[in-house]
Amino acid sequence: MKYAYYPGCSLRGTGRAYEESLLAVFRALEVEVVELEDWNCCGATTYMSYDELQSYALAARNLSLATKGGNDLMAPCSACYLVLNKTQYYVRDYPWIGQIVDHALDTIRLPRDISVKVRHPLDILLNDVGLDAIKAKVTHPLNGLKVAPYYGCQIVRPYALFDNQRNPTSMDRLLEACGAKIVYYPVKTHCCGGSQKGTLPEIGLDLIKHLLTEAHRNEAEVIATVCPLCQFNLEAFEDEASNAHQFHMPILYFTQLLALAFGIPLKEAGFQRSFVSIKPVLAEKEIAYV
Amino acid sequence: MSDARNPDSAPRIGVYVCHCGTNIAGTVDVQALTEYAATLPNVAVSREYKYMCSDPGQELIRQDIRDLGLNRIVVASCSPLMHEPTFRGALARAGINAFLLQMVNIREHVSWVHTNKAEATIKAKDLVRAAVRRVGFHKPLEKRRVEINPNVLVVGGGIAGIHAALTVANSGKHVHLVERQPTIGGHMAYFDKTFPTLDCAACILTPKMTAVGSHPNITLWTYSEVASVEGYVGNYKVKVRHKPRYIIEDLCIGCQECVEACVYKEGRWADEFNLGLSKRKPIYLPFPQAVPQKVLIDPEACIEFKSHKCKKTCVEVCGERHAIDFQQTETIEEIEVGSIILATGFKTFDARRNAYYGYGVHPNVYTALEVERLVNASGPTGGEIVLRDGTKPKMVGIIHCVGSRDHNTNRWCSKVCCMYSLKLAHLIRERIGAEVYNFYIDMRTPGKGYEEFYDRLLDEGVHFVRGRVAEVTDWPVHPSEEGKLIIRAEDTLAGFVRRVPVDMVVLSVGLEPQGDARDVRRMFNISCSEEGWFLERHPKLAPVSTFTDGVFIAGACQGPKDIPDSVAQAGAAAAEAMALADAKYVELEPYTAHVLDDACSGCKTCLTICPYTAISFIEETKKAHVNEVLCKGCGTCVATCPSGSIEQNLFEDQEIFEEVEGLLAYA
Amino acid sequence: MELKRVVKFEAERDPAFAQWISHTVGGERIRHCLQCGLCSGSCPLSLYMDYTPRRLMHLSREGFKEEVLSSYTIWLCTCCYACMVECPKQINITHLMYALKTRAIQEHFYPKRFAIPELARDFSRMIRGSGRITESRLVLRVFLKTAIWRLVGFSSLGWKLFRTGRMRFAREKVQRQNEIVTILNAVEDTRKEMAR
Repeated sequence: MKYAYYPGCSLRGTGRAYEESLLAVFRALEVEVVELEDWNCCGATTYMSYDELQSYALAARNLSLATKGGNDLMAPCSACYLVLNKTQYYVRDYPWIGQIVDHALDTIRLPRDISVKVRHPLDILLNDVGLDAIKAKVTHPLNGLKVAPYYGCQIVRPYALFDNQRNPTSMDRLLEACGAKIVYYPVKTHCCGGSQKGTLPEIGLDLIKHLLTEAHRNEAEVIATVCPLCQFNLEAFEDEASNAHQFHMPILYFTQLLALAFGIPLKEAGFQRSFVSIKPVLAEKEIAYV
Repeated sequence: MSDARNPDSAPRIGVYVCHCGTNIAGTVDVQALTEYAATLPNVAVSREYKYMCSDPGQELIRQDIRDLGLNRIVVASCSPLMHEPTFRGALARAGINAFLLQMVNIREHVSWVHTNKAEATIKAKDLVRAAVRRVGFHKPLEKRRVEINPNVLVVGGGIAGIHAALTVANSGKHVHLVERQPTIGGHMAYFDKTFPTLDCAACILTPKMTAVGSHPNITLWTYSEVASVEGYVGNYKVKVRHKPRYIIEDLCIGCQECVEACVYKEGRWADEFNLGLSKRKPIYLPFPQAVPQKVLIDPEACIEFKSHKCKKTCVEVCGERHAIDFQQTETIEEIEVGSIILATGFKTFDARRNAYYGYGVHPNVYTALEVERLVNASGPTGGEIVLRDGTKPKMVGIIHCVGSRDHNTNRWCSKVCCMYSLKLAHLIRERIGAEVYNFYIDMRTPGKGYEEFYDRLLDEGVHFVRGRVAEVTDWPVHPSEEGKLIIRAEDTLAGFVRRVPVDMVVLSVGLEPQGDARDVRRMFNISCSEEGWFLERHPKLAPVSTFTDGVFIAGACQGPKDIPDSVAQAGAAAAEAMALADAKYVELEPYTAHVLDDACSGCKTCLTICPYTAISFIEETKKAHVNEVLCKGCGTCVATCPSGSIEQNLFEDQEIFEEVEGLLAYA
Repeated sequence: MELKRVVKFEAERDPAFAQWISHTVGGERIRHCLQCGLCSGSCPLSLYMDYTPRRLMHLSREGFKEEVLSSYTIWLCTCCYACMVECPKQINITHLMYALKTRAIQEHFYPKRFAIPELARDFSRMIRGSGRITESRLVLRVFLKTAIWRLVGFSSLGWKLFRTGRMRFAREKVQRQNEIVTILNAVEDTRKEMAR
């Protein structure tokens, strides 16, 4: 098994822990992951608002490079995952968009074939690697650690390619295989607000508060996320969202929890980059770690 | 002068060009066309007239046949679908065979689709020329008569099936009513009250059910299904599969002492009639007013079937009646009928498909049908509207359009849900005085007394919120929402989003075709629409007949509808079946195919090709044979036969070639 | 009471706008909207909008351009697609929000120093220049231009990010930057040609 890897701009910045833990987990599972050579920004939602057609062209460059490579392309960031998939759909469904993108690729002498399969790490871990292989790697089980699995919007909407659109369970199953206990989290696909906290702060805060409240109400000890912006929003504004420090949950990437269970040293999985240390919870639940 | 009545003599053709007012004359130069037709070979006369289908128009033809000895007629006018029978009738009344006619469509095929007069006229001339050449080769044909068996089969014992059966039976004809459930009554038996009059459903239904059960002209087959259908209009042979109740029906008197005596002191299996809201024993009566009033045994639940070691207290208490028979098996019996009425009804939308409403996840989300059972006095809670934990709800939300008007599930409007939602709102207010919220998109109340029913509801203090509900959740945002189910919707009339906390959510589920509609329709050789409803012959003018002669449809199986419309359709279907029976015979169109035995090589290619299964293989002669009564004249076998040994009346090779050559010889 | 007289005359409609929205990508089915309100009901931001998504759809297809492009709605949308998945007429609402946002940015229908269009502009400039986004630089730039005083409030968060190594200032960039510029220009050229 070999995958091309598209980190996206956030995984180099605020989402560093995601990249670190993701690569560590895949290394432990002996799955080869090769970064896409000279990848460019996908544009995410911001470029799409600025200029849709240019946005498709930007995404198409990455898709073409990846298709050339021959392996499936893993895109861990939800926005990148969506934009790359969306580009493929729109190029196919609107021939005139296809024409513009083809022409753009021609000018930089890249092949027009952009049909690479864009995959999410949840999909790859669950369906390609398989729960059995994951369970076999667990050396430091999570002892019933109560996790609220937060999927966010863009990996299930509008394209639900590997999981149920309204009630996804891929992350649930992966973490349960590591010994975690998944709490009831009915708002698991609600939007975190994306970049609204920066541009429209009080509205953004409202959405973040809602997610933290429901996790807290259901006694989650940790929130597991799949998207760097979701993780950032929940973590960076957890204090602000709390009244008198009621929310103090570590907000982690699901890959970090997997790394923990695989016995990968905390530092290698980016735990030191969290604002709220996970060590107290680990001690309480008597979860061994490296 | 050649003999008009001897078609073997040289053709003397009369051509008649219709103006159809300005419909044709506006785009086609009818005068030029008529003059052109007169120049064609074998044409004895060529006329034009404003409205050929009118009495004077037809008289023109008849007069010419008599006076000029015409023996072939070409009418250039509208589509044959409109007036072929009219002109054939004119020929017949004038004394020549009706099939010596050829119509040319210069309306739908010329004047209605072209704008350039010169070009249209040229096209019309080409078509008339082709018809003139063809009609010379028409042979006289006779319609065939088939006798009609007066017995009628009604499939489905809901209100539509019951009404159809009673109507036919009252006329003296014999009816076989086949119902797959152990009792008749259909969905109507589940309801408490019916809109808009709030009549008690059982009170108006049970007399009809009893009438069916005791009618001398009705043979009631319950817990039975149709296994196969063979034959054709007037002559159907139907095999009915009678599932085993393990009770000898003639001996059971419905006393239910066996149910009382069963070794299971309490019910443990989901009661189907109460939609799983209560439990029943392995031996049970479907519901108190069941017709026939006979119990049945569920072999999956009964100990005797599993271990053969039951005390069989039921048999003991049945005593001298000996009505219980554990050895009973399924039987298949054949009946002969002349016409069939399908009244197989509908099923409700599975609310689990709309995950955002939480049915099956949150316990206090119910479907409307389940609430009907709660409200019904003979239901699982004795008519008490209560939640799963037995308490009465103080706030109830009714969500319209679940599984209707939605491209993600069913596109259609299910027609009855707005009305039954209003009815449930009324009953809930009346019985427990709860706050009721109806979330709707449009309030559809088209029937007689329906809008007035809505008016009545408007006085009752129900909250009407126009907005399709986005989701039903259990996470509270406001303190008043703790412990409740929250309905989130935009109140479109007010212009903002509302969150309404309720104790009970009622989903007004839409109507869908039965799950096996596509298999059933194949058995009866009819069609389904794209959505799965049985297809009527014409949506406006023939809503109860199908494209298969002798098979009629009635009620919700044809499309979602309420009880008055179902009963009306049932009456209509019964009338059509009775008309068929009273006519004693039916005439079949003669443009059927037939096998030329000398040429047939017995390759059997045509057998599987025929969409109407009208071709069979005769073992003795090793030749194919077309059943002229089943044949619909589609021509597929004629085209398929590798040795060209099938011919079709009115579409013989020579007739077709002449028509083609006529078209190709440009004017 | 501050009274306002509101009546809408047909002359005030912008038929070209209505035409545009029905023909833009995603707007093909806008005429099918039943105004059921499911989109507004599922939208997490509709609570703050002046015109809910449902109202905006109707205003758009009727050609009330001023109201639509000056609404808060298009800026509040986070493109979470909740509206689209449930819409019973399968209307591509999110995509229409994108289209309206783009149009509003192009035609300057927003107050001065409004963060979102500034963010969009700086984002695109950074891509044109480097091919990738350096988060810290982008955020700084946008705040400096629009709400410099908020930077103070962000200082403790900024420190935490820096401390945990999540705020990097080194410019992320693509090696073959010329390719990025080339394809963006190619798109512009084709677009101009198609307009002709």
